[in-house]
Amino acid sequence: MQIVQRRPLPLRRVRLRPGGVLPILAILAVLLVLVGIRQPSFLDPPSLMSFLGRSAPVILLAAGQYFVIVSGEFDLSVGSLVTAQVVVAARLIDSDPARTWPVVLLLLAFGALVGLVNGLITTRLRVPSFITTLGMFLILVGAVYLWSDGAPKGGLSEEFRRFGRRAIEDVPLLGRVPYALLVLVVVAVLAVALMRSDFGRTLVAVGDNPRTAQLSGVRVWRTRTVAFILSGLAAAVAAILLGGYSGVSFQAGAGLEFGAITAVVLGGVALGGGRGSVVGAMLGALTLELLFALMNFYGVSGALRSTVQGAIILLAVAVSATRSSSR
Amino acid sequence: MAALAAVTLLSLTACATDEPGAGPSGGSSSSAAGSGTGEQSKFFVQADYDAELALLGATPTGPADKPWEQMLNPTMVDTATFRKAGPHKICFSNAALNNPWRQVGFKTMQAEVEAQKSRIKEFVHVDAEGKDQKQIADINDLLGKGCDALIVSPNTTATLTPAVEAACKAGLPVIVFDRGVNTKCPVTFINPIGGYGFGHAGAEFVSQKMKPGGKVLALRILPGVDVLETRWSAAKVAFDKAKVDVVGVEFTDGDPAKTKKIVDDYLQRYGTIDGVWMDAGAVAVAAVEAFQDAGKPVPPINGEDQLDFLKVWKDKNLTAIAPTYPTYQWRTPIIAALRILDGQQVPSPWKLPQPTITQDNLDRYLDADMPPLHYAMCGCTDLPGYPQRWK
Repeated sequence: MQIVQRRPLPLRRVRLRPGGVLPILAILAVLLVLVGIRQPSFLDPPSLMSFLGRSAPVILLAAGQYFVIVSGEFDLSVGSLVTAQVVVAARLIDSDPARTWPVVLLLLAFGALVGLVNGLITTRLRVPSFITTLGMFLILVGAVYLWSDGAPKGGLSEEFRRFGRRAIEDVPLLGRVPYALLVLVVVAVLAVALMRSDFGRTLVAVGDNPRTAQLSGVRVWRTRTVAFILSGLAAAVAAILLGGYSGVSFQAGAGLEFGAITAVVLGGVALGGGRGSVVGAMLGALTLELLFALMNFYGVSGALRSTVQGAIILLAVAVSATRSSSR
Repeated sequence: MAALAAVTLLSLTACATDEPGAGPSGGSSSSAAGSGTGEQSKFFVQADYDAELALLGATPTGPADKPWEQMLNPTMVDTATFRKAGPHKICFSNAALNNPWRQVGFKTMQAEVEAQKSRIKEFVHVDAEGKDQKQIADINDLLGKGCDALIVSPNTTATLTPAVEAACKAGLPVIVFDRGVNTKCPVTFINPIGGYGFGHAGAEFVSQKMKPGGKVLALRILPGVDVLETRWSAAKVAFDKAKVDVVGVEFTDGDPAKTKKIVDDYLQRYGTIDGVWMDAGAVAVAAVEAFQDAGKPVPPINGEDQLDFLKVWKDKNLTAIAPTYPTYQWRTPIIAALRILDGQQVPSPWKLPQPTITQDNLDRYLDADMPPLHYAMCGCTDLPGYPQRWK
């Protein structure tokens, strides 16, 4: 394995390798052209801005999922974590604006805690992350159900909902810029900076070959645990935006983990870890959302979405598996 | 390894998605002939439809200020054989408590029990948690507990029928409400007019208030559930008759985020939507918000009697209507049980009126102090513990 040599390479070179962002950029461009032909008005700044705003939670989750996947693990718990966060937020805020910020902080802490538990169980107790996070998924679903008697209570304050629902109005050229988009941009910049730091390179190395990483002095368990915490934090931010967008619901996060994993795989990140970029993962999520928008413009039933998602996972994994075996 | 993981992922998707057992085959939605409403539902029964629509115009008998004691076109049955000295032990096998409607309903029932506490010495409630098998076992258990009357709110119709029949054979009076069973053995079956009435009221309003031939978006929770299918099938008949253009029939899974995206998608695709119909009110506010956030006027729309919708209706001065599936029907089984144990006649079936909230009576039902998911048509304001119990 050539990981050790590859590790110090600058990111620019890595992008041109398999797992780089060029393929996903090409797909995105094709979809944009198709959308432009079918529904030119979609590319007008206001409607494009609103599309980006409502896609922000999924893109954030894809970024969170990326950290875990590139380190060689999975996080299936994010969807139920989002649901739990939204339901908890509604009950704690109970429509009282004064509680908005304390609850936002609490949600971030809660997300990080769930990530920490996922990470420690996976790395210290050596439970495969598939099982760990599936267990966490079920625990959260059950706990929320028990805590809320099966129906959400309380309500979110307008202040809380602002992040996911409102926008900065009257921006020159763009029209209105959703707060969700600003949050997304900030998180994206942080994520890219993180992946360019030593930690980012270590994370990829751990996913590529944990043993080599360990032999070269990396504390693998700690790196992976941090990846899970990042995923939990991303889920918390996504929950804040999603709860803001649509209000309290028992369904808020249903199926989001698969959306995130599909997006990450579509963005050229190898399942099993060690290859791909966080920008690719986020572009993957954007592409997936654009694909759904395109399907809508062509009048394809929304019921087909999960089928398309499944086909993409299979196809992307098959493509990357043939590539890596021929390496 | 990676491929194996992906396959496992896929099968997980299958368990994680919402329950529609029929699968997403409901995609038959748009693009059919006629006004875009597609084929009629296989749950549609013309005779039932005609009967329900006739009941919508019927005048109920009973006290006008207590609709939960009123009855439509009653046929009374004798219950002298069940007469028994009180106070009584009343048992209740409940399908589930898993949505706000059932939560509000059950609290209303508990309050009714409290209001009648001089005549009820014990009230036993068992929650089947939405599982048929558990409810069958629950009913069986209750038969050995010395209940004087048994109330059943069945989880599903066909599967629970044998369990209800077994309860009838045990000799105690059985009262079924909300969803029905395929047997006449219970003393009475209590429910409001029903799904056709609900669907019709909303669709008729929307097609009358919108511009002629305009574009309607129909939002449904999920396919294959009888109470929801009847609502849609009645709406379909109304829309076909009004010759409006139903541009889409979509399933929301009761998810506000999904609802908002769907409405947003349709606004992108068609520019404007002139009317929105929905088979249940849970996501009505999300649909309204989608129009607001897109900067479009909210078209004529129907919701249900949940307070979040009534509030946005009032605040934003919407053109709206709220057919109801009233939660006050949870009071009636207790009243029926006590009448039966007194040997008084009760109607069978006991059809309750199903009021509709309109612009004219909106203020009567809007209560800013109650939580957003509370159902206004609970008929509970005179019960012990109001309003705290429902908060």
